[in-house]
Amino acid sequence: MTVFIIRRLIQSIAVVLVMSFIVFVGVNIVGDPVEMMVSDEADQAEREKVIKSMGLDKPWYIQYARFIGGAVQGDLGKSFVYGESALKIIVQRVPATLELALAALLMAVVLGIPLGVYAGLRPDSVGSKTIMAGSILGFSLPTFWVGLMFIMIFAVMLGWLPSTGRGDTVALMGIDVSFLTADGLSHLFLPAVNLALFKISMVIRLARAGTREVVHQDYIKFARAKGLSNRRVVLVHLMKNIMIPVVTVLGLEFGGLIAFSVVTETVFAWPGMGKLIIDSIQSLDRPVIVAYLMIIVLIFVIINLLVDVLYSMLDPRVRLSEVKS
Amino acid sequence: MTDTAPTLQVENLETHFFTKDGVAKAVDGVSFTVGRGEIMGLVGESGSGKSVTGFSVLGLVDPPGKVVGGKVLFQGQDLLSIKEEELRHLRGNRIAMIFQDPMMTLNPVLRVDTQMIETVQAHDASVSDDEARARSRDALGQVGIPSPEERLKAYPHQFSGGMRQRVAIAIALLNKPDLIIADEPTTALDVTIQGQILYEAQKLCRDTGTALIWITHDLAVIAGLADKISVMYAGRIVEQGGLGDVLDHPAHPYTCGLLGSVPGHNTRGKRLYQIPGMTPSLLKLPKGCAFKERCPHADAACETAPEITHPVEGRALRCAHPQVDLAGVAS
Repeated sequence: MTVFIIRRLIQSIAVVLVMSFIVFVGVNIVGDPVEMMVSDEADQAEREKVIKSMGLDKPWYIQYARFIGGAVQGDLGKSFVYGESALKIIVQRVPATLELALAALLMAVVLGIPLGVYAGLRPDSVGSKTIMAGSILGFSLPTFWVGLMFIMIFAVMLGWLPSTGRGDTVALMGIDVSFLTADGLSHLFLPAVNLALFKISMVIRLARAGTREVVHQDYIKFARAKGLSNRRVVLVHLMKNIMIPVVTVLGLEFGGLIAFSVVTETVFAWPGMGKLIIDSIQSLDRPVIVAYLMIIVLIFVIINLLVDVLYSMLDPRVRLSEVKS
Repeated sequence: MTDTAPTLQVENLETHFFTKDGVAKAVDGVSFTVGRGEIMGLVGESGSGKSVTGFSVLGLVDPPGKVVGGKVLFQGQDLLSIKEEELRHLRGNRIAMIFQDPMMTLNPVLRVDTQMIETVQAHDASVSDDEARARSRDALGQVGIPSPEERLKAYPHQFSGGMRQRVAIAIALLNKPDLIIADEPTTALDVTIQGQILYEAQKLCRDTGTALIWITHDLAVIAGLADKISVMYAGRIVEQGGLGDVLDHPAHPYTCGLLGSVPGHNTRGKRLYQIPGMTPSLLKLPKGCAFKERCPHADAACETAPEITHPVEGRALRCAHPQVDLAGVAS
């Protein structure tokens, strides 16, 4: 297990390095931030000064080397726009996004797994067909449109829930969170559902497919032949087997939730990282874009590592083969 | 529940599968009786309905299959008319089942102790974890698993096939059932392990009075194990009787064919007998006797389905052309 984790760590570092290169070069190809920074009336000398102050006078590989040098010390550069550390600006936005993503993940698990298992156990029932039809909608309706519809129905027409911002927050271990106040919770609800909809549909499909496969296995029939209650057969014997693919995909998708909360955050004006990256791209704030992408890469790598470890906890067979390798 | 009632009495059991292409009569009027401590061999080719018969007794036939008729009397109580919850309490408790493929019967993600303790506690919630664990350990020891205490903590994939089947058998024995239905339990095992398991099964029945239904396609296994034998073909019992009677004087051409295709000491170098043709699809059985298209003795009389006859006490036969004069043999 230790050997396995160390090896995965080395692989992860390589992935992060390669990604940093791609991100840095990619960002340097699109657009010229100087145009955005310097006013139209500025003369050549002023322009040169700005370019020099941002370090853009050097060739790109020197810039990259500087960036890496700073990155290993935890310095991802200064925002062109805010003049502050890019990392700091992003980290300030992390709790909001994380809270939103976790809320969506929780919904996906709590709603998706039971619905999917039900649909798998009774594939021909009306309830099951309704669930599957609903999951197709969840898959195919564009997130931004659903978000707008939510705002229109629940915020504008019914006036039940607020449509923008995080609402009241309280500090939990130094981090501002919304879900502990009634107002924050009401603000969190719509964007979380909006973000979760796709994931719920996916978990339903995964859980259903897993259930359909597992339910016909001999060990399920044997469990019934042992006289176990249906409850125990489904909740223990079946669930533990279908959780393996569900955990894998959810783990990977959690990174996706964070990275792609961009749309939901923009629609609901949720002050998270997604909104920040959209703003930064519009103002060509390179350090923030690069720092954001690096953090996302890091999150993905860490989640993948955690999934592998979790996976081996769920499936004893994986554990054994890893020890051997 | 009376003491005189046989452990299991199946009467005219009918289990049909309602498929898109029609109704498959997987079990079609099967009757047999198994008494205390008795071992019955249920023999037939693949698809003859022997496994479905076993599942029907336990009420474990999956849709689109359904038990549509007959009686399953377990110690005098009809299992087909009792509530699901009562039946659940009999399963794994009074009636246990052992499956064919030991690689598939244990849940791969649960430890052996979990799978054993739950079997005890499903039927008696008052048993403590420690007591259930002790019983599980004893059951593992009983089927010959070395260092059972440690093996309890293992996962199924850490056992070999033979050991897994022993675990499955230990699970079946946990609650000291009155009836065990064993569905080809030794088919996937090598011959030495098979021998040991057969020996233990026989000993168990003699010692505890447990009745045993041993489902198999292997006549050699039955010959060394059973007290009586039922031969199934296309969902029906075609011949039934005491082990020696049937093996020495087979009357149904199908039984004769099965026996003829077993290699013996005087068949070396010779081509073994083979029953011509294939098991017919249950969806399009021939009219009349289901075996007639493969039978060397078939004639016009076989166009009507033969009824079960009892030529002598303790024998049953479904054939218009018995190959031996059973009444003559018996006298």
